Amino acid sequence: MVKTEIKLKGLTLKNPVMTASGTFGYGEEYADFVDLSELGGIIVKGTTLHHREGNPYPRMAETPMGMLNCVGLQNKGVDYFIETIYPRIRHYDTNVIVNVSGSNIDDYVAAAAKIDALDDVPAIELNVSCPNVKQGGMAFGVTCSGIEQVTKAVREVYHKHLMVKLSPNVTNIAEIALAAEAAGADSVSLINTLLGMAIDAETRKPVLSMVTGGLSGACVKPVALRMVWQVSKAVKIPVIGLGGISSATDAIEFLLAGASAIQIGTANFIDPAISGKVAKGIVEYCEKHGVEDVNELVGGLIL
Amino acid sequence: MKSRYLRLYVYMKAIIDFIIVEKQSFQRAALLKLKSATQLPEIAGGQFANVRVDGCDKAYLRRPISIHDVDYHNNTIDLLIQEKHEGTKKLCALPVGAKLNVVLPLGNGFTMPEKDDNILLVGGGIGIAPLLYFAKTIRKDARPCVSTGVHFLLGGRTQDDLMLLDRFRNEGDVFITTNDGSMGEKGFVTEHSLWNTKKINKIYACGPMPMMKAVAKVAREKGIWCEVSLENQMACGIGACLCCVENTKEGNLCVCKEGPVFNIERLLW
Ligand SMILES: Cc1cc2nc3c(=O)[nH]c(=O)nc-3n(C[C@H](O)[C@H](O)[C@H](O)COP(=O)(O)OP(=O)(O)OC[C@H]3O[C@@H](n4cnc5c(N)ncnc54)[C@H](O)[C@@H]3O)c2cc1C
Ligand SMILES: Cc1cc2nc3c(=O)[nH]c(=O)nc-3n(C[C@H](O)[C@H](O)[C@H](O)COP(=O)(O)O)c2cc1C
Ligand code: FES
Repeated sequence: MVKTEIKLKGLTLKNPVMTASGTFGYGEEYADFVDLSELGGIIVKGTTLHHREGNPYPRMAETPMGMLNCVGLQNKGVDYFIETIYPRIRHYDTNVIVNVSGSNIDDYVAAAAKIDALDDVPAIELNVSCPNVKQGGMAFGVTCSGIEQVTKAVREVYHKHLMVKLSPNVTNIAEIALAAEAAGADSVSLINTLLGMAIDAETRKPVLSMVTGGLSGACVKPVALRMVWQVSKAVKIPVIGLGGISSATDAIEFLLAGASAIQIGTANFIDPAISGKVAKGIVEYCEKHGVEDVNELVGGLIL
Repeated sequence: MKSRYLRLYVYMKAIIDFIIVEKQSFQRAALLKLKSATQLPEIAGGQFANVRVDGCDKAYLRRPISIHDVDYHNNTIDLLIQEKHEGTKKLCALPVGAKLNVVLPLGNGFTMPEKDDNILLVGGGIGIAPLLYFAKTIRKDARPCVSTGVHFLLGGRTQDDLMLLDRFRNEGDVFITTNDGSMGEKGFVTEHSLWNTKKINKIYACGPMPMMKAVAKVAREKGIWCEVSLENQMACGIGACLCCVENTKEGNLCVCKEGPVFNIERLLW
């Protein structure tokens, strides 16, 4: 029996596989395809203090081995989540983690404080890296002082596991990660989407309603892997790796690069059952390679 | 509200590896019959499938395609696919024997007509695809409206756009318009003479956006109940990513989950 449990501060994952925010709905959408209890955790849709309609359609453009999106954090707000969605999903036999976003520090703090009161949510993922919202979101995630301020403020009101999600749209991601660590983050997850753009040459217009959008999917994996490696060397807190993971082998690569756990995002769209398959595939890899505990793989890159 | 949720549970979604067992090619389209080794889930008329395009580096995401026909006895579904760009070209070029990975059934489907309804199914271009299976489900349900018959009004640019007419004729009366007059009445579907002669109290439409908007306009003018099936771009197809939204009177709604079928009263157009 391969040991797959991952222990983070105040958060125990039965295996290293989680699903990425904004790609897995509230888990319910995938219940016909995946046994949610076979996952380490599900990170639900980006949640903000107030209701947000998101950006206009079109919000998506397909790219070679990936996609751009500018959904813009459409959600009904944290109170709606607590009243309507939380009761439906709180008893899932997996960790339900809420991705929290905001356009100013007060909003982040207010939303995080409300989620702190939910018994069955053991962690939040602070999204300081959404490239699709005008003010805030990514603005906090691209400077050390920004990420420090928002992390510190949320840390004061949030008492469980605080994961901070990093933006790849920076020059030196390790510095940003160190700032999050210093401000009290319990872990960092990376990467959010890479800022990109698509143009229709026939109409000479941008494809996306917001002109730019976030790139995700298989094509971002090499960039994500490099960043996970750089960050995991720099910080002492655990690193959660994501970006383009589409198979168990991809997941193993992230663990070797230094990630303690991983998230699967866009790959859920191509194979809605992929998250369960990756969890099983990691165990198979371990069996094949005589690895008794998945934790042995973390940072196991041979240089 | 309640019944809509109930429906989501009834129609369990599945990922199925189908094999193409029959194929019929048209000028820029193909009809594929796909066979499943396992039992098909229950499918409603107007629901769609999300099809993975293997071996095409220009098609990373799945392609949403309406379910054109279903045979529960043989566990087959038919897809009628029009070549648009690389993804659909690849699908249309697949040979008999090829595998096709499909997620289905997705979306809500058309609302079943009531007793004594006089219904008109309007299809434009490849939008005719979901109407066939919907008509069959009405018949299978033995709805009394069958006594007045199912009427199809199908429109194309030329007669080449109008495929598989025999299949439709098996299910009801078929009326046709073409823009160039090469078949049926010349003009758009909204210009057909049946609008003046037939009693209609429910319209179901699927086709290009301008056509559906024109049909919706006629429906509004005449005060006729009308459902349209939208074709927004999709990524997940199951209500998880929020990419496919239509701005409605109720705000942004996912076409893949709340739709693709909407009553025009819910839409802003
Ligand atoms: C609910 C629904 C049912 C459909 N049913 C059918 C059907 O029965 N038969 C059929 O031939 N076509 C149908 N379509 C349209 C079909 O999905 C597109 O023609 C196809 O996705 C185009 O792919 P492509 O690679 O050829 O084109 P590209 O233009 O290269 O595709 C690029 C991207 O845009 C998306 N896209 C392009 N055109 C459309 C479109 N019209 N609608 C939605 N997404 C689009 C693609 O999925 C892809 O993500 C349906 C669409 C929807 C939403
Ligand atoms: C449609 C879509 C919506 C997303 N929404 C969110 C979100 O609300 N919050 C967030 O932190 N990340 C969001 N992301 C980013 C993903 O969680 C993930 O960081 C990114 O897509 C990279 O991983 P992937 O390549 O595996 O998808 C979204 C991504 C996509 C494609
Ligand atoms: S396509 Fe993802 S929500 Fe509709």
